Amino acid sequence: MIRILRQSVACIVVFTVITGVIYPLVVTGVAQLVFPHQANGSLLIDNGKTVGSSLIGQSFSSPKYFWARPSATSPMPYNAANSSGSNLGPLNPALTENVKARITQLKAADAASKQAVPVDLVTASGSGLDPDISPAAAEYQVSRVAKTRNIDESEVRKLIAEYTRDRQLGILGEPRVNVLELNLALDGLKNK
Amino acid sequence: MTYGIIQIVLFLSVVLLLVKPLGWYMTRVYENKPCGLDRILGPVERAIYRLCGVNPANEMGWKRYTVAMLAFNAAGFIVLYALMRLQGFLPLNPQHFPAVPSDMAFNTAVSFITNTNWQAYGGETTMSYLTQMLGLAVQNFVSAASGMAVLVALIRGFVRRNSQTIGNFWVDLTRSLLYILIPLSLIIAILLASQGVVQTFKAYPTATLVEPITMADGNSVTEQTIAVGPTASQIAIKHLGTNGGGFFNANSAHPLENPTPLSNFLEMLAIILIPGALCYTFGKMAGDTKQGWAILASMVIIFICLLALCCWSEQKGTPQLISAGADLQASSTQSGGNMEGKEVRFGIFNSALFATTTTGTSCGAVNSMHDSYTPLGGMVPMWLIQLGEVIFGGVGSGLYGMLAFAILTVFIAGLMVGRTPEYLGKKIESYEMKMASLVILLPIFLALVGTAVAVATKAGQAGAFNPGPHGFSEILYGYSSATNNNGSAFGGLSCNTPFYNYTLAIAMLGGRYLFKILMLAIAGSLAAKKYVPASAGTLSTSDSMFVILLISVVIVVGALSFIPALALGPIVEHLMMIGR
Amino acid sequence: MSSIAKGKKMFDWAIVRPAILDSFCKLSPRRQFRNPVMFVVLVGSILTSLLFVQALLGKGEAGPWFILGISFWLWFTVLFANFAEAMAEGHGRAQADSLRKARKDLVAKKLSNPRRDSSLEMVLASLLKKGDVVLVEAGDYIPIDGEVIEGVASVDESAVTGESAPVIRESGGDRSAVTGGTRVISDWLVIRVTAESGNTFLDRMIAMVEGAKRQKTPNEIALTILLAALTIVFLVVCATLLPFSYYSVLQAHQDQSRVVTITVLVALLVCLAPTTIGALLSAIGIAGMSRLSQANVVAMSGRAVEAAGDVDVLLLDKTGTITLGNRQATEFIAADGVSMEDLADAAQLASLADETPEGRSIVVLAKQQYNLRGRDIEKLGAKFIPFSAQTRMSGVDLDNRHIRKGAVDAIEQFVKSRGGVIPDKVRLASQNVAKNGGTPLVVADGAKALGVIHLKDIVKGGIKERFGDLRRMGIKTVMITGDNPMTAAAIAAEAGVDDFLAEATPEAKLELIRRYQAHGHLVAMTGDGTNDAPALAQADVAVAMNTGTQAAKEAGNMVDLDSNPTKLLDIVQIGKQTLMTRGALTTFSIANDVAKYFAIIPAAFALTYPSLNTLNVMALATPNSAILSAVIFNAIIIVFLIPLALKGVKYRPMPATQLLRKNLLIYGVGGLIVPFIGIKLIDMLLVVLHLV
Repeated sequence: MIRILRQSVACIVVFTVITGVIYPLVVTGVAQLVFPHQANGSLLIDNGKTVGSSLIGQSFSSPKYFWARPSATSPMPYNAANSSGSNLGPLNPALTENVKARITQLKAADAASKQAVPVDLVTASGSGLDPDISPAAAEYQVSRVAKTRNIDESEVRKLIAEYTRDRQLGILGEPRVNVLELNLALDGLKNK
Repeated sequence: MTYGIIQIVLFLSVVLLLVKPLGWYMTRVYENKPCGLDRILGPVERAIYRLCGVNPANEMGWKRYTVAMLAFNAAGFIVLYALMRLQGFLPLNPQHFPAVPSDMAFNTAVSFITNTNWQAYGGETTMSYLTQMLGLAVQNFVSAASGMAVLVALIRGFVRRNSQTIGNFWVDLTRSLLYILIPLSLIIAILLASQGVVQTFKAYPTATLVEPITMADGNSVTEQTIAVGPTASQIAIKHLGTNGGGFFNANSAHPLENPTPLSNFLEMLAIILIPGALCYTFGKMAGDTKQGWAILASMVIIFICLLALCCWSEQKGTPQLISAGADLQASSTQSGGNMEGKEVRFGIFNSALFATTTTGTSCGAVNSMHDSYTPLGGMVPMWLIQLGEVIFGGVGSGLYGMLAFAILTVFIAGLMVGRTPEYLGKKIESYEMKMASLVILLPIFLALVGTAVAVATKAGQAGAFNPGPHGFSEILYGYSSATNNNGSAFGGLSCNTPFYNYTLAIAMLGGRYLFKILMLAIAGSLAAKKYVPASAGTLSTSDSMFVILLISVVIVVGALSFIPALALGPIVEHLMMIGR
Repeated sequence: MSSIAKGKKMFDWAIVRPAILDSFCKLSPRRQFRNPVMFVVLVGSILTSLLFVQALLGKGEAGPWFILGISFWLWFTVLFANFAEAMAEGHGRAQADSLRKARKDLVAKKLSNPRRDSSLEMVLASLLKKGDVVLVEAGDYIPIDGEVIEGVASVDESAVTGESAPVIRESGGDRSAVTGGTRVISDWLVIRVTAESGNTFLDRMIAMVEGAKRQKTPNEIALTILLAALTIVFLVVCATLLPFSYYSVLQAHQDQSRVVTITVLVALLVCLAPTTIGALLSAIGIAGMSRLSQANVVAMSGRAVEAAGDVDVLLLDKTGTITLGNRQATEFIAADGVSMEDLADAAQLASLADETPEGRSIVVLAKQQYNLRGRDIEKLGAKFIPFSAQTRMSGVDLDNRHIRKGAVDAIEQFVKSRGGVIPDKVRLASQNVAKNGGTPLVVADGAKALGVIHLKDIVKGGIKERFGDLRRMGIKTVMITGDNPMTAAAIAAEAGVDDFLAEATPEAKLELIRRYQAHGHLVAMTGDGTNDAPALAQADVAVAMNTGTQAAKEAGNMVDLDSNPTKLLDIVQIGKQTLMTRGALTTFSIANDVAKYFAIIPAAFALTYPSLNTLNVMALATPNSAILSAVIFNAIIIVFLIPLALKGVKYRPMPATQLLRKNLLIYGVGGLIVPFIGIKLIDMLLVVLHLV
């Protein structure tokens, strides 16, 4: 009995060292050496200033930007230090209200648009940090952004195409548009 | 749609392709035969035995094996609890998180030693890097290895004849870790890092927002703090060990924990790989691989049926979203469907596939929020958990749970053909039936009684976040998940209260250890039996008839025990949703 | 079978009436507690009765008449279960009664010494002790079980076996056991008592068929555990529904009066719990025993019946089981220089006085083939030399001829002693006969060997098919014979057995059984002689012939009153049937639950969530009628299944998988569908009768 206790303690110590120290250090070493950009958060640096991560969405509400998906993080949307979804149930009246309010907002920002509103643009993502919107959601916003920025819609569409990622390896996942990168590119157009 | 189905087919094909090689490899590991890696790791293995004072040749009876397993888990609990309570004084805490409160620390420690990984905490807001690495990640490894050890002991029970022993726990534990979990984790971790999963010890970086956010109180937020950490190493084992406790609160929905569709594919694969391959290992060790394939086939069939229901329901979405004015139609430019709580890069099919995978196994990692699923879509993960985590199930635990169902199945089937039942040449008698019945009874009892206590008390009622039947579903899901050591949740449940922390911890402990003890008792009893040769009168346990019967027993037990409760949760919610 | 209650109708009033009375006697909680499923139902019945009283007083949770209706049918569920058991016991008791008639309290002539001529004392049979010696004379009943130590007598055993022809009992050998209650018809016997009153064969037999001494068999225990576990699951499911309902009512912002009532939960529990199999479980076991006694086999324990279902190796005696007891002459093979007619003539002469079937068949063959008419041995003035164990031959001495027939080696000795030799052709011919499964008889006239008679073992008609069936069931057949290996192999091939043991000795038999058991097989065998006793004791299922010795009967765990070795096959079938009936009803019981959920769940919760009415797929009239219909169905299905429980599920030999598929279709799928129809019909009836 005593021997089993001694073995238990010895084992937990040994395995803590192996799996809790050696293993993560090896992975960190390899990752930092081979994939330093990814391992540190895929940060986007603009003129030496960190403007975000290509994997983490940001909140946009100005009509000149493409809007990202609603985010349920607190206290502010897209709080990358506290990821969270809304956890609203499918029949929760709050969910329906949120969706309705968002649609009203979208319609108000572009009164002329008669298109149906893509669902991802009005529903909160699971992490609250979703960097992407669907190509449909991007297309929905083209006219508003082009109008606000006073540029040709085709030019906006060209940028969208540029920042649209197709299915990985041609099969996996869904096609998607990275909002932060797209908006940075839009701002870049103006600076050119 | 088409792409969704292609991806599912691709996923299942890859899983099935890998089952045999990995299953074969694990057989070599557990039968203590040369497996390739032993040439490099053999000295390490021997050094571990020396350090721990273990004589690998010492065989244990089932009672001794059980005591060793329990003692080891208890030691793990103490270390983990201490780490959380003391993290404020310990290094590698760049965000200066204080000690984890006692009830949450208790819940979390229990949850990690039991391979549940229920998240009462939010990783990036509660746990220091040291706690995550030295505590949580270590338990991810060793709790998985404990489960595998118990399974191997059970298989030995079937294989051995007139034997008083079922193996050596320390050896099974060490070999599981050294030859299986650690090498696979290294590969997966590095692949994940290549996709963008972070792996760093630096403090959280800060970014300047492109567009500042104006808060309701008029203040403006201009910066975004991005939580990072030694994530990739932990996420690999979180999936491989069917643990599921995320580095971040949003778990695998978080873009730094699961950044791309490929990382998502790898994570799903990592969840299901070992439980699937263990079926082959089981057949191989039992001397008839068809036995393993039959079990695997039963799992795959149930998996596909429930996956189909989940995909269909999520893609269809809710009439409420449609009437609010959203476009749910799937097209080449959007996945459509019920996107609340889901990520655009995964869409409907990869979310549903992940949900089915993570709950069929006892992983509990999530890449979308189950709480926001449609009623039937959310019922699929909940019911998969309630089936007892046997549709692949946890590493080790899934298969030994399924074998308990198989014992029950051969008993009923044996009666139907007029023979005292036997499985793999071992007679199933009243002792095995007693234990197998308890194994099946226990999780049902804990899940239902736990839920009953919660809904009957103010403290429990306070936890429900959503109104109506959905609130009930949240509580039911919570106790089902804890009891069956899944760890996923209908996340709206405010479970970080002393009431939930303690009651769920009890459910987790009962669900894990009583279950394991009963299975080891069966192992001991089987090992001591003599072998009964098969004849034409013996019921085949590897043909399609048996597969159908096993599926029926799993489904019927799961349905009969949970239908009334589900009727008051997701079923009635669905009926309300479609306006009945 | 005359005296035993075979052919009694299933629902004979003479059995039904006491069974009904007995159903009430069995309500005692102590008896019910042995069956966890029915105990739960009993508690439910009591609980709902109390709720009814409470409702009558005006404080009830639901209408008193509804509660009464539920309560009424729950009581009936318990009574029906008791009735099933009582019916099974009744059938057994009817058999026991006819046996008991044989057990009058007899007066015995106790001898002071184990000799016929010692002094006599009249003693009540019930006072006899083991080892006492008694005298039984013509017309007397044998007072108690014993072993003949002196004398020969014919005994009428019809009271026990139902067989009216008297049997011979004599001291020594394999026919020395006598059973109390049988009657000596001629001559006398001195008997040593082997069992005391209350523990005699007849007593045990009565106890067995009555089910009084019935203990649960291992398989029954395992099944009871499973059923108890299921009951606990459903208990938890139903008990937790109360708080679930309470919470749902809270969430739906309704009045607390809408919380599901205890009555409904009890009804749900009883419907879900495996009451069908729970109610019929002990009836199935008792019925298995009585089916066995209908086949004129007495099992010493239920365990043996169950083991019979598991047997996978049958050891069968060749003679009587596989072959007809008598060998027949089929061919004459003459030696060189001997005409066929001469051989046939000599053979016939040697056999004229031979009354054995073999001998008669030689006479017949000679007549058929060579038209040699049988002659009267007296008229010929011939002297018949009977078969003896020393000479191992028989024949006639006629004038100067000494004709003999016998086994090769015996005749060889005979011929040699007279200066002759056995020609090679004769030797070869006899080997050929043996190789083909026959028995060669050499015929010699003085020093000259005339030729060989081919005696053939006649394999019973249809036995090969029967063994084929057994093989498909996964049962291996092994033929036991004293023949030499060559002969044994030929017969084994002809009969289609899987294996054989030639030149079997008791030790070899025992060894064979041990070897099979060591490989995990369950072995069954029949035996009658004292030298079979060790093997019988070793075998898992050992059927002793009633004609056999007391030692054989003591060693076996079953006694076949007909002394028919083929009975083993029936015993296996009855064993399997008993297990299958349990399995089939368990499956049926569980499959029933699906329909019951569809009946009760909407009924119980539609008040809280009207949407749940969608699940009322049977369109049952009202919630009350739905619940009541389910409970009524649950109760009367027990009565409907009593005949099945007593008769057993039909069994045909087929491979396990096929059998499983068939039974699953009937009892699994059937069990799924039947209650939907049944509950709907009852509901319609309730509506028509304005009962709801």
